[in-house]
Amino acid sequence: MNFDPRFSGRQFASVGTRPIRPDGIDKVTGRARYGADFNMAGQLVGRVLRSPHAHAVIKSIDTSKAEKLAGVKAVITAKDLPDLTDGDAAMYDILDNCMARKKALYDGHAVAAVAAIDARIARQALKLIEVEYEVLPHVTDVDEAAHHHAPLINDQVFTEGLEEKPAKPSNITKRTQFGHGDVHKGFAEADFVVERSFKTEQTHQGYIEPHACVASVNADGTADLWVCTQGHFVYRQHCAQLLGLEASKLRVTSSEIGGGFGGKTHVWAEPVALALSRKAGRPVKLVMTRDEVFRASGPTSATSIDVKIGARKDGTITAAEATLRYSSGPYAGSWAEIGAMTAFACYKLENVKTVGYEVLVNRPKTAAYRAPSAPMAAFAVESAVDELAKEIGMDAVDFRIKNAAQEGTRASYGPVYGPIGIGPTLEAVKHHPHMKAPLKENQGRGMACGFWFNFGGQTCTDLNIGMDGSVSLAVGTVDVGGSRASLSLVAAEELGIDYSHVKAIVADTSSLGYNDMTDGSRGTFSSSMATISAARNAIKILRERAAQMWDVPVDDVHWEKGHAIAKGEKYGNLSPLSLKDIAAKSGTTGGPIAGHSELVADGAGVSFATHICDVEVDPETGSTRVIRYTVVQDAGKAVHPTYVEGQYQGGAAQGIGWALNEEYIYGKDGRLQNAGFLDYRIPVCSDLPMIDTQILEIPNPNHPYGVRGVGETSIVPPLAAIANAVSNAVGVRMTHIPMSPPRILAALDAEREG
Amino acid sequence: MAGVAVSTTINGDAVEYLCQPDETLLEVLRDRLGLTGAKEGCGTGDCGACSVIVDGRLVCSCLVLGAEAEGRKVETIEGMAHGDQLHPLQQKFLEHAALQCGVCTPGFLIAAKDLLEKNPSPTEEEIRFGLAGNLCRCTGYDKIVRAVQDAANVMKGA
Repeated sequence: MNFDPRFSGRQFASVGTRPIRPDGIDKVTGRARYGADFNMAGQLVGRVLRSPHAHAVIKSIDTSKAEKLAGVKAVITAKDLPDLTDGDAAMYDILDNCMARKKALYDGHAVAAVAAIDARIARQALKLIEVEYEVLPHVTDVDEAAHHHAPLINDQVFTEGLEEKPAKPSNITKRTQFGHGDVHKGFAEADFVVERSFKTEQTHQGYIEPHACVASVNADGTADLWVCTQGHFVYRQHCAQLLGLEASKLRVTSSEIGGGFGGKTHVWAEPVALALSRKAGRPVKLVMTRDEVFRASGPTSATSIDVKIGARKDGTITAAEATLRYSSGPYAGSWAEIGAMTAFACYKLENVKTVGYEVLVNRPKTAAYRAPSAPMAAFAVESAVDELAKEIGMDAVDFRIKNAAQEGTRASYGPVYGPIGIGPTLEAVKHHPHMKAPLKENQGRGMACGFWFNFGGQTCTDLNIGMDGSVSLAVGTVDVGGSRASLSLVAAEELGIDYSHVKAIVADTSSLGYNDMTDGSRGTFSSSMATISAARNAIKILRERAAQMWDVPVDDVHWEKGHAIAKGEKYGNLSPLSLKDIAAKSGTTGGPIAGHSELVADGAGVSFATHICDVEVDPETGSTRVIRYTVVQDAGKAVHPTYVEGQYQGGAAQGIGWALNEEYIYGKDGRLQNAGFLDYRIPVCSDLPMIDTQILEIPNPNHPYGVRGVGETSIVPPLAAIANAVSNAVGVRMTHIPMSPPRILAALDAEREG
Repeated sequence: MAGVAVSTTINGDAVEYLCQPDETLLEVLRDRLGLTGAKEGCGTGDCGACSVIVDGRLVCSCLVLGAEAEGRKVETIEGMAHGDQLHPLQQKFLEHAALQCGVCTPGFLIAAKDLLEKNPSPTEEEIRFGLAGNLCRCTGYDKIVRAVQDAANVMKGA
């Protein structure tokens, strides 16, 4: 059956309600099983030895003493993970990141691993491994690394994207450019121009659950992997390729996931655990410590961004330009490219140009962090937009409304927008009571906008109807924050039955076709589309079975509110058959009733948000408190509004931490100095106010219910909104995130000294 | 290393185990007793995901030795519900969607239970400071605070 994904504007019975999530009770009773909560018979404990150097040649590794320690069952180095990547540069980087091959490229880079009968012996064994390093000069700062005198991290890197291949290698892997029009002409037409440079420091997703897995490789080439991941099908592909296994023989089961935010989209420990298991011939459990999570998983980029925006006296932006440098760790990435695409996406611009540079540094390999790359670009652009509005003498919201992108606007990164929410979020903010609330001394208010693309991707879903009429929904997108509830609502909606009769699970890689991972805010968007499609396929069968039971033509059987109805006067005496009635007879009418769906969920609607923030800055200490916060965001259609609010609040809270105190601090020796939750301080309950939310629903025309992704956009505006609030409170433009007390005091001192 | 023999009470049941002298109570609960409701988020007492109550005192079980449980009464998340009757905090966490990933939830529930036992009518500020030892990265704490407020009201009425 051809699936029509277009928005239909139906009236909802289940979608939009707020039932309790199906996995909730296990999570409040401690029964839910996360990555580290699973065990296998004969299981060993895996531990990883990591480089203490930011940049060093590995001259030799002697594992003989460790191997002789009683209780040690396997020791591996890069030699045990031979290169099977067959020229795939991205996979080679993943392999090298899992276990350093020739050089250690950052403090924390894995160089060897052991499997032993318990953690104590495994730790002892690590101390017995002798690694001879030749320490090399290192660079951890994005601007220093981009400089032509910087130590080279990879002498095979010649910047891509230039008109001519450069003569010398550098740490800049790629240049990308986006935009249209003529910015020179645009700036010539401007009455006011603001030009500023900004920096943001590296932050970590900060999920509370460290990476954890249990790997079991059998002698016959079959294997199982239990793991906390945002995408078990992708992990299967990567692990199978790196280990030389057939994908179908590696079954990956996603555990409950204790937070990911983009950080559990890459393999780190899993190929190592599989290699240990293969060598030891026993299952291996490998759990990262918090120190390892900070030093050796994938934080986001540190950035350095130059922005220039010009406008006429009437408030029309005539030109906008940005140069964005993003660190990607020691391996190539596309993070500045995404920043360059998102930077001006909120605005209708005739002349716009953005240039991104990907910069190698001796830090962990950058991974996605919720709307990756967008918050930093938004910080720079929305700060400059605020400053420009002030120079012109316009209200910050009115200035943005005047320049906001609309349906039909050509986005700065290329496409032409369909119906979008930036204008409505700004109008909602303009009329929000928060904007009119009085402020006290040392307090300031800021607002800012944010954009995120959203993603659809490959999706496969099974919907099985039991003989009692209850429905099992098997999805392949990992549930990171309530999607089993939202997808159960969608199945109930489409079938016309009660939510309580649907049970959604996340199926393992051997039970369902391939699914892309839960990233790009795609979980509910794409799996709801596949669930609707699967339900419609099931309804087709339900109608056929009803027709058979009644002995009438199937075209005369319609599906309404969970019942088959025979349409036509001649069927006046036939009472409707419920889904339960039809299911009960399935054994004699053709067997089990199910609906399947395999699709590429195209048409993820872009997402916009506008945030308002009030802060109070202590001028004595430079300490900042967020005292009120409001999120306004377009959800397309909020399937489970409570969990949509949760996404809005969670993104805002992460943005608050990033804006005010989270950062990776490296010493001159290139070692991370704050690899723990005490020194890398994420917001705690007493740091934050309630976070108010307003859900707007501008339907996505490319989804049957109008759904857009909602997970990521909420982290885009906070850096800028808080920077604008702090700048308004202290009267000094803040240009460096996080705005920690020392940075605020330094800015105040610099202002006083003139 | 010789194991230490420990006799203790966990969720009202008499329990005996052998543990190493340097083994934490969290390791004993999770690895020896199969009580995996308490989570290790940091191992350094900074995140509260391993919160349990020992003799009426809220502790991070990653900072307590297994041997220290000798003769004490330990309460974990597995003992919070009475049979199939959820504790009001558990029920309110579900109703308010005060969890997303849920990995911090056992620790928050234990810490909130301890808070409400000591202060049945906390203000919002008292809740926020009372739970400041527990990290949540998903929710922004808004719905957690509301769930605790709601549970406190229910428990006062009960």
